[in-house]
Amino acid sequence: MRSFVVLLLLANPATGGEIPAGRAAELEHLVLHDCGSCHGMTKKGGLGSPLTRGAIAHYDPETLSGVILDGVPGTAMPPWRLLLSENDAMWIARYLLKGDAP
Amino acid sequence: MKSHILGLLATLALGVTTALTFPSGARGEATATGDLGLVVERASGSLLLVDQSERAVLARIEGLGDLSHTSLVYSPDQRFAYVFGRDGGLTKVDIVTRRIAKRVVQAGNSIGGAISDDGKLVAVSNYEPGGVKIFDADTLDLVADIPTGSKTIGLVDAPGRRFVFSMWDTGETWIADMSGTGSGAKPVITRITGMGSNPYDALITGNGRTYVVGLFGEDGMRALDLWADAPEPTDVLPGYGRGQEEMPVYKMPHLEGWALAGDEFVLPAVRHHQVLWVDARDFHETGRTATHGQPVFAIARPDGRQVWVNFAHPLNDTIQVVDTLSKQVIHEFKPGPAALHMEFTPRGHEVWISVRDANKVMIYDTHTFEKLGEIDAASPSGIFFTARAHKTGL
Repeated sequence: MRSFVVLLLLANPATGGEIPAGRAAELEHLVLHDCGSCHGMTKKGGLGSPLTRGAIAHYDPETLSGVILDGVPGTAMPPWRLLLSENDAMWIARYLLKGDAP
Repeated sequence: MKSHILGLLATLALGVTTALTFPSGARGEATATGDLGLVVERASGSLLLVDQSERAVLARIEGLGDLSHTSLVYSPDQRFAYVFGRDGGLTKVDIVTRRIAKRVVQAGNSIGGAISDDGKLVAVSNYEPGGVKIFDADTLDLVADIPTGSKTIGLVDAPGRRFVFSMWDTGETWIADMSGTGSGAKPVITRITGMGSNPYDALITGNGRTYVVGLFGEDGMRALDLWADAPEPTDVLPGYGRGQEEMPVYKMPHLEGWALAGDEFVLPAVRHHQVLWVDARDFHETGRTATHGQPVFAIARPDGRQVWVNFAHPLNDTIQVVDTLSKQVIHEFKPGPAALHMEFTPRGHEVWISVRDANKVMIYDTHTFEKLGEIDAASPSGIFFTARAHKTGL
């Protein structure tokens, strides 16, 4: 099963953001609680900017994913590259752009 | 016969009064609140009322809105809690009747609050719109609105009916003196500029004298002596991380709990996996202790002999205990995933730790480190015992 998933990812390099099902639940939890400690659990912002769909709709997923991985220098947004893969970050970017619907 | 009837009426009257006053409490017994506490259930917008002596849950109070990053303070009589929600909600909770007594949504996005030394005023600091609002503690009517033009953090109460708070965007600290507030009187504001770049949190010492601001945007902290006629920023640990590799901060440290052992206090470093020891008189560094991760809370046991430290994501399953005399880590353990908040019993014999992703509050003996019990709670974060009612800055 694992090798199948890997093959699937390799077959689809242009889109990115594919992750195993269990990982999605982990990332959703991370967005809610760990991103939420600055951006708010309802994503309406706090020390960090709002991440509601309306607030970020003008960004493409690649830009958001880059912000997640590399942070924003000079602000409190840290680089998450040590903890998240590029696929993880792309999944989160798409998840945020999709809005609150699960 | 007459006296018998009177007695009966008195009993009935007492019964009715009791029922009105304590609808969910014990039958006719007064509720003592001195050993109670509230646990924030962040995901469900509810509070658990807990009994510290019994290590038990008494009630769940629901309907408090978005409780991510929530704190609360207590009225001087330890009956009411004022809960500061992330969504700008200010909720007054009656822990005797176990109900919400009043609730207002006072801003779009808030971060914390404080209660004045006389218990008459409750202040809330807001991110959006940035500033501080001050409310009548009884009615929750607005008493003063203080826009600051910045995300406002580190709000504490200070003696003399004052509130002190700092601005993330402008690096200022303001002192709002409410001592002259009669009907229509305005707060008297003292503005102190040059506190530093991006203050992220602040603390006030238990005697109400020293206000210390943690800085995210520079390598150091600053303090104000509130006993001075014109307080000026004083450097605390300037350049504490000089020459070291800075690490990303996945969770902002908190400065609320602080340790005093002799004349030192201890603070979590930013961007470094250390706690820092500081001489409380002249603010020079007296030592540092390497820790497991980026510290979030470094909280002293009430006697000051130990400092308990928890850590930012992804190392937040671990707690370390530092001995104040030797500054060495003397104990390390893993209560479970996302150990977010620690609260000591007033004399420090137990510590209660919320373990968010285990949905538990764990209780430990602080002398033997033995686990004494646990309580089920849904995504618990802050734990607040009522003894905070009598402490400046809490």
